[in-house]
Amino acid sequence: MLGKTASGIFWLFRYLERAENIARLIETGHRFTLTRNSGRQDEWRSILAALGMDAAYRATHQDYNAAQVVDYLLRDKRNAGNLRNLIDNARQNARTTRTAITRELWEAVNECWICVNDALKRQVREADLPATIDLIERQTAMVRGALENTMLRNDGYNFSRVGNFIERADSMARLLDVKYYVLLPSVSFVGSSLDNIQWETILRSTSAYSAYRWLYPGRASALGIAEFLILDRRFPRSLAFCYGKLTDNLRHLAMSYGAQSESLAEAERIYASFASRTAASILEDGLHEFLIEFLSQNRNLASLVEQEYRFNS
Amino acid sequence: MASKPPCFDEMLKEDGSPRAAYAAYHKWFAEQDSTHLKQKARDAEEFFRRTGITFAVYGEDEAEERLIPFDIIPRIVTSREWTKLSRGIEQRVRAINAFLQDIYHRQEIVRAGRLPVELLEKNDAFVSQMIGFTPPGGVYTHIVGIDLVRTGPDDFVVLEDNARTPSGVSYMLENRETMMNMFPELFSNIRVRNVSDYPKNLRASLSRVAPPACKGDPVVAVLTPGIHNSAYFEHAFLADQMGAELVEGHDIRIVDGRVAMRTTQGYQPIDVLYRRLDDDYLDPLIFRSDSVLGIPGIFDLYRAGRITIANAPGTGIADDKAIYSYMPDIVEFYTGEKPILKNVDTWRCSEKDSLAYVLDHLPELVVKEVHGSGGYGMLVGPAASKRELADFRAKLIAKPANYIAQPTLALSTIPVFANSGLAPRHVDLRPFVLVSPDKIDITPGGLTRVALRKGSLVVNSSQGGGTKDSWVIDDD
Repeated sequence: MLGKTASGIFWLFRYLERAENIARLIETGHRFTLTRNSGRQDEWRSILAALGMDAAYRATHQDYNAAQVVDYLLRDKRNAGNLRNLIDNARQNARTTRTAITRELWEAVNECWICVNDALKRQVREADLPATIDLIERQTAMVRGALENTMLRNDGYNFSRVGNFIERADSMARLLDVKYYVLLPSVSFVGSSLDNIQWETILRSTSAYSAYRWLYPGRASALGIAEFLILDRRFPRSLAFCYGKLTDNLRHLAMSYGAQSESLAEAERIYASFASRTAASILEDGLHEFLIEFLSQNRNLASLVEQEYRFNS
Repeated sequence: MASKPPCFDEMLKEDGSPRAAYAAYHKWFAEQDSTHLKQKARDAEEFFRRTGITFAVYGEDEAEERLIPFDIIPRIVTSREWTKLSRGIEQRVRAINAFLQDIYHRQEIVRAGRLPVELLEKNDAFVSQMIGFTPPGGVYTHIVGIDLVRTGPDDFVVLEDNARTPSGVSYMLENRETMMNMFPELFSNIRVRNVSDYPKNLRASLSRVAPPACKGDPVVAVLTPGIHNSAYFEHAFLADQMGAELVEGHDIRIVDGRVAMRTTQGYQPIDVLYRRLDDDYLDPLIFRSDSVLGIPGIFDLYRAGRITIANAPGTGIADDKAIYSYMPDIVEFYTGEKPILKNVDTWRCSEKDSLAYVLDHLPELVVKEVHGSGGYGMLVGPAASKRELADFRAKLIAKPANYIAQPTLALSTIPVFANSGLAPRHVDLRPFVLVSPDKIDITPGGLTRVALRKGSLVVNSSQGGGTKDSWVIDDD
């Protein structure tokens, strides 16, 4: 497989994951504005912060008006990382990797692009927002379905998974950092009612709300939620889960190429480090410090993969 | 009142009854409900859009992707007609390869006084670096497209040869897929010859011209100028269907005297490169030094037998419009046979008498630039305004050798499915030919292009043309 092709598949699924993440954050933010009377603007600000877009947003906008933020995230030309662009980038990558992806996968990506572009041609009215988010989530789910059902489990498939889980771990860590660092500056807030709203939001924006309730009915604690989102290997968005998958997929790659792999060794090292941690020890040593360290390791893993498999040179 | 004689319609006789080739199709068509067919036409468009069969058009703002309009009424040719056509095509393609071999070696045709040497020496398409070199298997044009038009029941004439990097074959294949999807019952009842083996045959054909340096199974790659090229869809499509890598210049480097592509496991040598890039951009060390799309140094390795380039550099001379008028002589010179397929009568404006004739008859003629392509830089006399005629007259007088002229042909029509029902439109046909050392393989049918505007003779997709599925049927 060409290095360029591996890169294309990797980025196709990074962009797709990122787009889904934005859709989910908009859904959560919108729900928040419907159910809470205060803190609405703060909520949109923290969503922008979790996406690393707050500074750029503030440079062009006065306040965190919901309609403005939603438009900024979905389609505003001033925001290069808007959802429409992400889907466009995903499709561009699919076009350059046509020789390595199945026809079903290509058509799912292309259809996703057509539908999302149609839906985002004009600013989305609030009345249409739930249906639009639903459409985006369905379309991206079809792409995942096509990948799972039709792709050979070869190097191409493994690159798609590696891109997917690196992006997912990155967005989970950013979200946790924003929520904890920005909104819970002091440990004394833990257990207060504001705190509960915030944690509910965090669970919703990571699609963890029902899963968490099944496991811990009636008990929402900062500790429990941190444990769940960082260390629980059953939850498909936790950092530990992502790294479990990353080690699997990088191992498949190394085995199929019959070579030693630096990126596999690094992923295994990070994965092993989760086993030695508890949520209590992470909170005690500082969640923010833990997350900053993790984000940097995760970025480093991405560039190791990029170099090892000759994405660009 | 005198009127123009009607054009030959391939489907319907003058009394409105179908010709033999269309008998079965016409019977089926007459039984269809037109609302249902209109729905099918929309479905076909949706199918193309969903599968991403688009070409890029660059406007002022951003790139736009367009569909080439597809018409649901097929072009049908009988096996008897096809047998004659394919014999003519094979003869012509054989002659083109012999001609290329000759002009890059002893130039017997010039010595015999059958072709003026200036046409080679002063021609940009003549690549002097090819002199004295024979490509692997002696094949110059691995892939050829011959543009034909029909003017009567038995009259197919060659309008143009495409010996560089002919495009459109993906439309031939996808048009058929679409038709089988839309109208499966037609294919159960009418025996239409299959076209879907083309990618497999292309791969086999390219594998048979592996260079001496190749060890084992030849590695084939398709070289594209990139995602922004208007034919990118086709490049990706063919690479995918052949199981070949799709590479760009920056994926390639010369490693240990081989042209190699960067894979996830290091550089891997390429044996046969199917390039969809013009000669000019292929090797900046030899051709345009500002090309960033090509591969510096590939030409030397080519000559050293370390890689095969398909089509060979310098094949463009064979489809040059100035050479075209000599094709009947070229066919006869190399095959010793009379040409089976006719040329369109052509006046070379470089010749004084011809120029005088062309200037006198401009409103009746089609004038083409010798090096133009894609329907640009062309004058269609009967459709031109006084102003356009005057402009072209000035151009002709200024640079006569840049132009050839041909009579306006009464191109055949085939109906398209329009809102108001069947409407006759002019068509051409581009069959695709694969050449390997031991055989010439012609896919039955080809790409039918149709001028969708009433009365228009210009079928190019860049000028509002559409396409049709093209059938060769076994009728006996």
